[in-house]
Amino acid sequence: MTKRATREAFGETLVELAAEGNDVVAVEADLSKSTTTATFAKAYPDRFFNVGIAEANMIGTAAGLAVAGKTAFTGSFAVFGTGRAYDQIRNTVCYAELDVKLAPTHSGITVGPDGGTHQMIEDLALMRVLPGMRVLVPADYNAAKAALRLAAKTPGPFYVRLGRAALPQVHPDGFELELGRAYVLREGSDVTLAACGVMVAEALAAADILAEQGISAEVIDVASVKPLDEATLVASATKTGAVVTCEEHSILAGMGSAVAELLSEKAPTRMKRIGVRDVFGTSGDPAELMVYFGLSANDIVKAASELLGR
Amino acid sequence: MTDANVSRVSTIEAKAQRMRADIVEMIGKAGSGHPGGSLSAADIVATLYFGVMKHDPANPKMADRDRFVLSKGHAAPVLYSALAEAGYFGREHLATLRQLGSILQGHPDSKKTPGVEVSTGSLGQGLSIANGIALGLRSDGNTTSRVYCLLGDGELQEGQVWEAAMFASHQKLDHVIAIVDNNNLQIDGTCTEVMDLGDVAEKFRAFGWNVLGADGHDVEQLLAAFATAKTAHGAPTVIVASTIKGKGVSFMEDRADWHGKAPSAEECVTAAGELACTLTEGN
Repeated sequence: MTKRATREAFGETLVELAAEGNDVVAVEADLSKSTTTATFAKAYPDRFFNVGIAEANMIGTAAGLAVAGKTAFTGSFAVFGTGRAYDQIRNTVCYAELDVKLAPTHSGITVGPDGGTHQMIEDLALMRVLPGMRVLVPADYNAAKAALRLAAKTPGPFYVRLGRAALPQVHPDGFELELGRAYVLREGSDVTLAACGVMVAEALAAADILAEQGISAEVIDVASVKPLDEATLVASATKTGAVVTCEEHSILAGMGSAVAELLSEKAPTRMKRIGVRDVFGTSGDPAELMVYFGLSANDIVKAASELLGR
Repeated sequence: MTDANVSRVSTIEAKAQRMRADIVEMIGKAGSGHPGGSLSAADIVATLYFGVMKHDPANPKMADRDRFVLSKGHAAPVLYSALAEAGYFGREHLATLRQLGSILQGHPDSKKTPGVEVSTGSLGQGLSIANGIALGLRSDGNTTSRVYCLLGDGELQEGQVWEAAMFASHQKLDHVIAIVDNNNLQIDGTCTEVMDLGDVAEKFRAFGWNVLGADGHDVEQLLAAFATAKTAHGAPTVIVASTIKGKGVSFMEDRADWHGKAPSAEECVTAAGELACTLTEGN
């Protein structure tokens, strides 16, 4: 099956949304080829605004377009499109609950050779603490399309985390994402693997390996990091009694932390968190980096085995 | 001036004076707030709301209205007094400024206050937002509405203002009209001392803007500048308005320490006397 990056969905989905009559616009900061918003720019040049290398102005301009009634998507890379313009996102977009949809690409360590300056592993933390911000982490191209469509059709601010790495298909064509819903991709009884984004495919691979070892793993795609699907996560944790969270993000304040916050209050459960352990990224091939930072399927298998005392 | 113009100017001047009295009274009652920059902008905001802008308090979302963005959001009291005077909400709300549950937040909040188009307060962002609104209006075929954006001079130290200045010019946003409340004071002292802005007019000119000047306390000059700005074609316009921080209250004028300090009850009485209003007039 062909692998596709989640970023490939960005420009294409904007074109579809516009063709369907949605009043979408895009504001980009000189990265339209990399983010694929160039596809939208080509189809709808009057709805595409390039601010140049000026991320703060990108968010502010998108906010103004939203005030004027548009559904405004923003581009750039995750590191610049969130962190560089954080005050603009907080005080202008979220404070006024504007229809600005942040969908920067190149999140996580799978950016690869560009190195630590460009590998954004704090974005989920930054975005999920903002009141009113909804945070979606698509696991494949189909989920990315669904996430972008959901963001466009739901009022208020969204963060859609997109990436550069080509990922295997997880969800069927035409997949529709529901806000606040997690997806049980594989049922199991011994351990819950709660994953998002790039890590969903790794978790599925880990579940295969665990099955060979006689361990039954339930795999959940936590595509909606905020709001969380509390019922699904609590039910799974209660059933298995052991949870491994898997994210291509800092272990601090991301999806794993969100699940830990939830379970510690509603259903205390033994847990391990897989993620980048409070260090910056580094240059390397994405596949190498997944192993280097302990994010591979084998690392998930090891964490699950340890958690179960096997 | 014709008689009609004289009358128009004096009406706006009276509004501005009334707004100054409101500003002092509401900040005094709140016990905190930013009187200096609110008073320096009173004539500019009064001219916009009562002499320049197309707007309708009875129909605040009217499609072809002009928009106002208070980029220097800490001057919220000047906006609130104008909105109350125009009738967007009852004057009784002015006494609730900065209190729990008030529709009048410390800084403008579009979700809470009728007539506030944009939430502001973090400096440097308003011009980007004004540009976005202008782009949206233009793409909807609105050829009449203007987007007015009031900036502080200290605020021009924020880099985003110049990102937005570049963008407005690049996009030929001739319906964007910025006003710089050029009082040369910021919290830590004069702008010249803290971070010299140099020649503000030249800077905007270099960014491709039409640049106009006006005495920011002379309503006639302001009206003339806005009339010229509305004839702009192919480029945005900025009016660099010379102002005095704290204008109208002798002990506040040109004093940086009145940037963000509330007057005492006694000082409110003195100020009200100077503004030829009593504290309770019209309430």
